[in-house]
Amino acid sequence: MSDDILKVDHLTMRFGGIVAVNDLSFGAERRQITALIGPNGAGKTTVFNCVTGFYKPTSGAIRLAHDNGAQFRLETLKDFRISKLAKVARTFQNIRLFPGMTALENLMVAQHNALMLASGLTFLGLIGAPSWRTAEKRAIDLAKFWLDRIGLLDRADDAAGNLPYGDQRRLEIARAMCTEPALLCLDEPAAGLNARESAALSDLLLSIRADQGTSILLIEHDMSVVMEISDRIVVMDYGVKIAEGKPKDVRDDPKVIAAYLGVEDEEVAAVEQELGL
Amino acid sequence: MTTIPTPASRAPAAAFIFKKALISALVALVLFSLMIGIRTEAGPSGQLIYWTRFGDLAAMVGIVFGGSIVVELLRQWWGPVGTVRIVPPQMQSALAVAGRLVAPLLLIFAFLVPVIFYDQRYILDLGILVLTYVMLGWGLNVVVGLAGLLDLGYVAFYAVGAYSYALLATNFGWSFWVCLPLAGILAAFWGVLLGFPVLRLRGDYLAIVTLAFGEIIRLVIINWQSLTGGPNGVSGIPRPTLFGIPLTPGPNGLAAKLGIEFSPTHRIVFLFYLILALALLTNWVTIRLRRLPIGRAWEALREDEVACRALGINITTTKLTAFATGAMFGGFAGAFFATRQGFISPESFTFQESALVLAIVVLGGMGSQLGVALAALTMIGGFELFRGLEQYRMLVFGLAMVLLMIWRPRGLIGHRAPTVFLRHAQTISSDLVKEGHG
Repeated sequence: MSDDILKVDHLTMRFGGIVAVNDLSFGAERRQITALIGPNGAGKTTVFNCVTGFYKPTSGAIRLAHDNGAQFRLETLKDFRISKLAKVARTFQNIRLFPGMTALENLMVAQHNALMLASGLTFLGLIGAPSWRTAEKRAIDLAKFWLDRIGLLDRADDAAGNLPYGDQRRLEIARAMCTEPALLCLDEPAAGLNARESAALSDLLLSIRADQGTSILLIEHDMSVVMEISDRIVVMDYGVKIAEGKPKDVRDDPKVIAAYLGVEDEEVAAVEQELGL
Repeated sequence: MTTIPTPASRAPAAAFIFKKALISALVALVLFSLMIGIRTEAGPSGQLIYWTRFGDLAAMVGIVFGGSIVVELLRQWWGPVGTVRIVPPQMQSALAVAGRLVAPLLLIFAFLVPVIFYDQRYILDLGILVLTYVMLGWGLNVVVGLAGLLDLGYVAFYAVGAYSYALLATNFGWSFWVCLPLAGILAAFWGVLLGFPVLRLRGDYLAIVTLAFGEIIRLVIINWQSLTGGPNGVSGIPRPTLFGIPLTPGPNGLAAKLGIEFSPTHRIVFLFYLILALALLTNWVTIRLRRLPIGRAWEALREDEVACRALGINITTTKLTAFATGAMFGGFAGAFFATRQGFISPESFTFQESALVLAIVVLGGMGSQLGVALAALTMIGGFELFRGLEQYRMLVFGLAMVLLMIWRPRGLIGHRAPTVFLRHAQTISSDLVKEGHG
């Protein structure tokens, strides 16, 4: 029995007559990187939005278990509670930083809930209580740690909107990590990155898994990243799971190839030969 | 800067200007031929008499023709809109130093106003008025500038504060210093009440509902005659005391206690310092709040609401606290207004007040404390400055506003100062800062 941090059971999401996700079940193992792949429109982002509470699933259960055994039913929680209580952080397909705030401020906003408590719901902070000052210093240190980790320490005081695209991608991951999540959900983190930046991203994600022990759920189209860092891959097409397993198993799965190349099963053999697989 | 036109490019430019001016003149001709060209009036026995004024019409069309040539020439001299003009570095650093000095100088000046203008009641009254709007602007700035929630009904909280003090003081005889916090709390309470139904609304819809809320409060005040006196208002509101010592000519008055001769100016000066203190309190609290998690959450909400939700920020309570904080300062200002006037009626709390305060916030540069103060000075002071122009006052004032908005579309102070920094605080250009959408 594997130790799953996230268990998605019979998840279905309908938008009117369209079934975006149909009876999907999968698990994400603790301290592992699980990738969710599939062609465009397969329903990957819908799964993410259900897991992070932006959509209420039509039916099904999403269970999350912390290291200490605390259990959460994510489909019953509101979006901000999923981040606050269940400790699930996410990034977005199209970057959603706070462009008019500095990189450092972005990371401070991410620590909102911890800082709210430390500031005595603002009242202790307003009078400048010493306990608040130390808490603020700690928060800045955590932000500095992550800025250093993504190599943006010397751009801490620059507006996030002024950073290059690749830096914005990494800053969004750092911001999600500042919420100190148990599960990190990344929606196409390598989109728009060049080969060198993708490689750096892979290293960052592997080090997050190794050093912080954070479990990662990942949507990605860049197969070089997916195949290199994933411990497990779930493949979706038309809202259903068509394959699941280790990267090398999934890569050779005829169904997966069919889904990606858009051919009938019997033609897969011919295509495989053509590609020299 | 501007490119020097070669003879070849000059000829088409002249033709272009001429063509544009001709089109403007043609439009003016069509537009004014009936408005100016023909004058109709009712004759003595009720029949229609009319006469033509082709001379005036020709003059008007000529003015439009000449005016449009001048405007085009000015435009060509200035270059395209948004041309970046390079300011020499010495000048830039001098400007930066001047910019840093503006706020302290303004503060020192504000403190000295009653000393310098002690004999000029008009200036003192104007100063009190400006400071009241500075305070209202700073209060609304929390909601509009920081949280990015467009509130067109801010006057409602001003009214709640004013009526809270007026009714508590006239009915129960409570002192100003007891009623002031109560007025703030009551206004904040109404802020939360308004906040709840509008949480789901954004942008234009939010603006309309807050506008309606402002009107509802005013109509309730007009119609609830038994409590508020309706259109007659509340009169005989007690004047403020210096912690119990009244500023009156009697033997218990402040003047008698200090052993100086009584003068009605004392009260005006006292009111001036009172509103200055209240405004500075608003400013201090807002600056502190910006550096606290709640203030950062407000600004983050303005930047991107979806990202806030993903980071575990409860946007419901965050929006409500913004409404409540802004409303509380509006309530304080209202209580001050009531004690200063001694009489309040629903007439003082029309939509025009909301619009004026919002204009101050927008003109100042959303979110900038100094900008709001400068804008209040410009708006209220400018209003008075142009008083000599009589019926053209609004025209000139409107023109000044239009020019200012062309020159500085994001307000007087068009950049954002970060709330926390590692090495040095760099101001953030307004191009990056969002205006908020809800």
